[in-house]
Amino acid sequence: MSAILTATVVIGIVGVIVGIALVYIGNKFHVEVDQREVEVREALPGNNCGACGYAGCDAMAAAIAAGEASAAACPIGGAPVAERINAIMGTSAEADRQTAFVHCNGSCEHTSTKNNYVGVRDCRAVALSGMYPWDCDYGCLGFGSCAEVCPQGAIHVTNGVAAVDREACVGCGLCVKACPKGLIELVPYEQKTFVRCVNKDRGKDVKLVCTVGCIGCRLCARDCEAEAITVDKNLAKINYELCTNCGKCAEKCPQTAITSG
Amino acid sequence: MARKSFRGGVHPADRKELTRDAAPEIYLPKNQMIYPLNQHIGKPSVPVVTRGDRVLAGQLIAETSAFVSANIVSACSGTVKAVDRHRTIGGLFVDSVIIENDGLYEQAEGIGEKADYHAMTSEEILRKIMDAGIIGMGGAGFPTHVKLSPKNPGDIRFVIANGAECEPYITCDDHLMRSCAAEIVAGIDILLNLFENAEGVIVIENNKPEAIAAMKKAAAAYTRIRVLEAPVKYPQGGERSCISLVAGIDYKISQLPADVGCIVDNVGTIYAIYKAVCESTPLMERRVTITGDAVARPCNLITRIGVSCGELLEYAGGWKDGKQAVKMLAGGPMMGIAFDSLDVPIQKNNNALTFLTRDEVAESEKSATNCIRCGRCGSVCPVGLVPQLMAAAVEKKDFERFEKKLYGMECISCGCCTFICPAKRPLTQEFKAAKAEVMAIRRAEKEKEAARS
Repeated sequence: MSAILTATVVIGIVGVIVGIALVYIGNKFHVEVDQREVEVREALPGNNCGACGYAGCDAMAAAIAAGEASAAACPIGGAPVAERINAIMGTSAEADRQTAFVHCNGSCEHTSTKNNYVGVRDCRAVALSGMYPWDCDYGCLGFGSCAEVCPQGAIHVTNGVAAVDREACVGCGLCVKACPKGLIELVPYEQKTFVRCVNKDRGKDVKLVCTVGCIGCRLCARDCEAEAITVDKNLAKINYELCTNCGKCAEKCPQTAITSG
Repeated sequence: MARKSFRGGVHPADRKELTRDAAPEIYLPKNQMIYPLNQHIGKPSVPVVTRGDRVLAGQLIAETSAFVSANIVSACSGTVKAVDRHRTIGGLFVDSVIIENDGLYEQAEGIGEKADYHAMTSEEILRKIMDAGIIGMGGAGFPTHVKLSPKNPGDIRFVIANGAECEPYITCDDHLMRSCAAEIVAGIDILLNLFENAEGVIVIENNKPEAIAAMKKAAAAYTRIRVLEAPVKYPQGGERSCISLVAGIDYKISQLPADVGCIVDNVGTIYAIYKAVCESTPLMERRVTITGDAVARPCNLITRIGVSCGELLEYAGGWKDGKQAVKMLAGGPMMGIAFDSLDVPIQKNNNALTFLTRDEVAESEKSATNCIRCGRCGSVCPVGLVPQLMAAAVEKKDFERFEKKLYGMECISCGCCTFICPAKRPLTQEFKAAKAEVMAIRRAEKEKEAARS
């Protein structure tokens, strides 16, 4: 009888000691888990495809929870997933939504071809060969490497120039990396006014190669009430934080290189 | 063991008859001269002159900025007009020194002073080569002083003078060997002074009998130099093909010829080395073949580096019957680079300008079909690759397979696969683009690695 009692007491004491130790260790090695990270992870598709540029959905969820990645950074999930993540993170979808924009308007009517480029139909291969098909050495090559990488099918090349469908774009930035001419930029979704040219040559030279190229005349900068436009190296640049999208610059631009709306 | 030939290869029509008998003419440019700062492989040079400076022929205008880089000297006397971006043969705008040529060709001090290389140490010789701004003049443009500074000079067994000139249309090296055989052989002897255990071998394709005779005669006085007649096959003039022929060695792209005991230099480079070491003349001059069926008077010119292509074309009589060329190439039709503006300068590594009235590439693109898996590309590849599989990988953007499984980075862009392809697929161009892509991926990974550590 006493043997049973002794065993019960001993095991009971051991249990209490182990319990205390476990609680202590648990507190000591506690890892703070952001609840939002777990929720964001659940909202993501979970394919672990890596198209966002992160090592997988876990890494991406951590980045979103830490505020490093945008809620719309998952190119596969698109708008519905972004909406759910925004709800979790308490951010507004519209406030930081970004879309890609192609800074070139030099379509077939506005510039002409100087080379009969033949060979691989890929912008990167064209850029490497140096045989630019268009007169302008800066502009869109029109072979659609950006459209090829776009997971949303939001980019279409029409008339020799790529253009982004703002509604379909999720701002994943893959096209930005794909463009060998560095023409594509992620811009705020709200932004409506853009300089659609990157030609840094003098105005006289630009006029020779394109009818809608920025000639660096500074008319836009002079008339901008928000002082959002600067002209550097013969090229106008809009500061999107200051721009009010009033559209005055687009009206003033003699080359219609700036468009609004 | 020496081999009879390298594996693969093709036999394109050589079209050398256009300029084979055109004796070289000296042409001193009259218009402005342009010196792009990145004519060579490696870091761009740094200009040491500014706008308004007066420079003399042979004066340093841009100096080497790193170990793998090269000096650039002015080849004319005149005033520096600008240091500005200018279009180059590659199609890109590159920072360049632009010199308004006064046509006097006043030379800088000390040029033409004779020197005896027997009395010089290796360091002095290398220093002279570096100061002269010599780079590989056969096409790649690798700084020569770097090539000549291997880790163990004693391990070099062969110094190969590459006079194969396998590229169709071009004859400037042929003429150089015919007229300056003694200088070239002396140049090889200079290199043999650097590498005491080496043997000098001059590789010449056997469709150049005059050059072979001249070189043999000049080499007779030297015990360590011999002439090796190579069978006519493209790309015999490739560095690997030469080494395969002379030493019987194949090597990986990650290795340099020096790693397998060979130094390969174009005969033009060796001539420049002789001029730099023995006559204290930096690299100002080069031979250029102006050829093709669109040129009124195909010719071989001894001209100055920095002259515009348009000026050379004008000297060669302009367009034949006033008909403008459809295709303009820097180099020959196999490996040459197509360019689109004549307002570009001749660089140190441009051996020819080829102007053609037919754009065969454009014509063949129209009749291009899908790959029929005949395997001819694999049988002609001098490196032993399988272009058809590589092309399939590139089209699927599977660069990992291209690099790791199919060894795509070993491709030397010789163009044999494209030449032989019955389906007329643009294989070489796909590989060039894919190699650039792999390099970009590697760079990105390196940056990631650096950011992590």
